[in-house]
Amino acid sequence: MTASPNEAVEARELTRRFGSFTAVDHITFDVHVGEVFGFLGANGAGKTTAIRILTGLLSPTSGTARVAGHDVYTESEWIKRRIGYMSQKFSLYEDLTVAENIRLYGGIYDLSRDTIRERMASMLERLGLAHAARTQVRALPLGWRQKLAFSVALLHEPSIVFLDEPTSGVDPITRRQFWELIYESAARGTTVFVTTHYMDEAEYCDRISIMVAGRIEALGTPAELKQQFGVATIDELFVRLARPTAGAAG
Amino acid sequence: MTTSSSTAVRIDGLVKAFDTTIAVDNVSLDIATGELFGFIGPDGAGKTTLFRILVTLLLPDAGHATVLGRDVTTEIWDLRRRVGYMPGRFSLYPDLSVEENLRFFASVFGASVEAQYDLIAPIYDQLAPFKDRRAGALSGGMKQKLALCCALVHRPEILFLDEPTTGVDAVSRREFWELLDRLKASGLTIVVSTPYMDEADRCGRVALMQRGRLLGVDAPARIAASFGRPLFTVSAGERYPLLLATREYRNAATVFPFGDVLHFTDRRDQLRPEQIASELREYLRERGFGDVVITAAAPTIEDTFMARMGEPERAA
Repeated sequence: MTASPNEAVEARELTRRFGSFTAVDHITFDVHVGEVFGFLGANGAGKTTAIRILTGLLSPTSGTARVAGHDVYTESEWIKRRIGYMSQKFSLYEDLTVAENIRLYGGIYDLSRDTIRERMASMLERLGLAHAARTQVRALPLGWRQKLAFSVALLHEPSIVFLDEPTSGVDPITRRQFWELIYESAARGTTVFVTTHYMDEAEYCDRISIMVAGRIEALGTPAELKQQFGVATIDELFVRLARPTAGAAG
Repeated sequence: MTTSSSTAVRIDGLVKAFDTTIAVDNVSLDIATGELFGFIGPDGAGKTTLFRILVTLLLPDAGHATVLGRDVTTEIWDLRRRVGYMPGRFSLYPDLSVEENLRFFASVFGASVEAQYDLIAPIYDQLAPFKDRRAGALSGGMKQKLALCCALVHRPEILFLDEPTTGVDAVSRREFWELLDRLKASGLTIVVSTPYMDEADRCGRVALMQRGRLLGVDAPARIAASFGRPLFTVSAGERYPLLLATREYRNAATVFPFGDVLHFTDRRDQLRPEQIASELREYLRERGFGDVVITAAAPTIEDTFMARMGEPERAA
């Protein structure tokens, strides 16, 4: 077990079947330490299944994967506790205040009271939310909730954070501010693994992969892929790759 | 209330508040019969509240609205038969099959799938291979198509679609808009909402909406053109450092990432565009971006939206 892995994610021939249906079909890819990696694909292409494997929530059927150097078969508990995760659908408790949410997650991640207090202060300061510590999360505008959820996902200083459609429905200025938070944490060395349906956001990633029907059909920097496939935008590439099976999978 | 036959929706001073939040704040506009009309705005803009008022599910606090010439607060039962509504949240029965859902919604309105088949055929044909699958087991794009069929099966005169493409991948979104084009061609009036700015171009006219208010109503091209100041794209190999450096430029008014480039406007609108570009180029070269490329660009709806929305909402 290496403590400082060369790659944040290493997946080799990773496969997951549900009955006769192969949701993830022999995917092989690396995510480099400190990069912003965009994990794209049509609905039903297998992204969610792959993310559940990489976050320790689901065992693969075959193949191997290591996350931050740890094995998804035998060390899923370690992975669950040490990675960061933020979903569009659920991240924070709306009935709790900003400070209560931070203390709750700090406790879940086994941080000491002193550490929680310190990190809460610096986080609220950085986000400009210090005055809102006692505000219920439900009273915050969506964009702020998402920025806070992102920071809470980083509270235990994970080496990699998984973001599942973090900017869905967010206004265009806040969406861009959110991406600056992503850049800042990548610049501090955190690996960011992100999914999005906004194709302009795909262009903001260091590298992207595009999944089609369980397989990775494209992998590289946005510039490389546009050149390789002879397209002007990632949107165009996405449509070209995904159309043959669009919407058909369950 | 009298309404000309060419007006499908008339909204006049509509207001709706929940506790201290004003969800719809004095909104007025008309939608003509046969239009494909879009409400564009992020979550919390008030789109869903406005739609719920227009389809008679919610009473406004103030103002008036008519749909198909009928008052949305007093002619509820007459309207409900004539209106198709697809809510933003998936609201079909997940344990019923595709076909069972469709037959159920038809029977609620006393219609039959067979009698309406010509209307839904272009959509239902794509679903037919999965007609025995549970609705809950469909992919996002397929769920939306089934929901659209169910909203159409009683042959409404006007269709309200609340965020039909949210959370749906870019390809399925495109296909969904192609279906709406076909429905529009059959003469149906379609009112649709979306948080995706790039979908505005699929509509004949759009209303930009933010925090309950309208930021503008017009054809998409005219809204984009109303941006009204020189806009440039700026690109270089190192994008994040380029963003930070461009922001520090003393003449920068706005600097936003747009895909693989930045969109830039200068404080000095009166200067010739060539001069703005050459001064910025000079500055960025001094900052070490030898490969910087700056070109004049046509503004998009998203540029206009950001210019009109002002500062994003403050936290509490």
